[in-house]
Amino acid sequence: MTLAVDDINFLQKLLADRTGHVLNDAQSYLLDSRLKSLVSAQGFETVEQLVAKTRASNSPLLQDQIAEAMTINETFFFRDMHPFEALQETIIPQLIESRRQTQTINIWAGACSSGQEPYSIAIVLREHFPELMDWNIKILATDISDEILARAKSGEYSQFEVNRGMPAKLLIRHFDRNGSTWTVKNEIRKLIEFRKVNLTKSWFFADMFDIVFLRNVLIYFSVENKQRILEQVHRSLASDGCLFLGGGESIIRLDVPFDRETNGQTSWYQPVPSRKMKK
Amino acid sequence: MNALVVDDSRAMRKILRSILLDLGYQIIEAEHGLDAIEKLKENDPFEIALVDWNMPEMNGLEFVQHVRENSDHDNMKLVMVTTETEPDRMVKALMAGVDEFVMKPFTPEILIDKLRLIGVSVNAGNQCEEL
Repeated sequence: MTLAVDDINFLQKLLADRTGHVLNDAQSYLLDSRLKSLVSAQGFETVEQLVAKTRASNSPLLQDQIAEAMTINETFFFRDMHPFEALQETIIPQLIESRRQTQTINIWAGACSSGQEPYSIAIVLREHFPELMDWNIKILATDISDEILARAKSGEYSQFEVNRGMPAKLLIRHFDRNGSTWTVKNEIRKLIEFRKVNLTKSWFFADMFDIVFLRNVLIYFSVENKQRILEQVHRSLASDGCLFLGGGESIIRLDVPFDRETNGQTSWYQPVPSRKMKK
Repeated sequence: MNALVVDDSRAMRKILRSILLDLGYQIIEAEHGLDAIEKLKENDPFEIALVDWNMPEMNGLEFVQHVRENSDHDNMKLVMVTTETEPDRMVKALMAGVDEFVMKPFTPEILIDKLRLIGVSVNAGNQCEEL
């Protein structure tokens, strides 16, 4: 079904106002599929009816629910694989050396969606680094959507979801099966704290991060918001920390002081030590 | 590159053949484990075998055990494509020498990701997008 231009404009503005996400005209075909569940949940039959109700009621709750439904991204375990290999082979071994005194490692998985990425990170840590068992490991996993965070926190995945990217050996070791539902074991789940964060707002975290995963989300923001988000990431990242973006993303044309490091098929970004961020 | 598809379902063999053809493989089909052993003897070495679990004549696990006891096929990757998801049985298959599992139902992306995981060559098209 094709939405009227007026309805598309309304949804684009709602999304931009509430989340900072830019949905261009070429992506408007996504609206119907992404809003389908919310349309049913609200007792409507079409997206047009949902839009009409939202406009008439001006309900902040409904607006939030629409924004949430429109920002759910595809995610799966060990997406692209290479970043996780870089963690295992290079980054974590270096942190074990450099953080030997504090025995603390802080990791942030931004825009974590249904949680596959932070769980993948936690599995890498537990699977390959038994020496970190006594360390203070914190993985903060954030997303803008309350609904998706609740799902992520449950640690429950369908057979179809674990089939995508999760090696069988790790599935058996780190999940419990109940029928066709697989649940992440507690020893992995307890490494992760889930919290709601809107990337386009100002945010501050108590700890500096050693590793930030912010993958496959910046492509949805305007240039101004990308710049602001990456400036904030820079301020939250330890001077020797590293930032992972999505496999198809780079910071070309943005003025943020990161150096790109490449190792094999993986690239990540590290703060340039000599340059201060602009205020 | 040769790929062996072992499944008693003609429909499933057709699906797997279609995915592997797109990846550049030449595909040989077998209807069960005993048939697959014959196909191994008759053809050049295979890079990979996709194997169902429950089949007549010789099931997938028996076929895997046979292959892994025979050093002629040490380099062949073995992927079970199956509805079998009981963890204890999966462990048994992994210990017998299965490299990876794909649980039915699956999509082409799931199969291709699993092949990548075990180092099987697949075409990757990842375009860099500027922010």
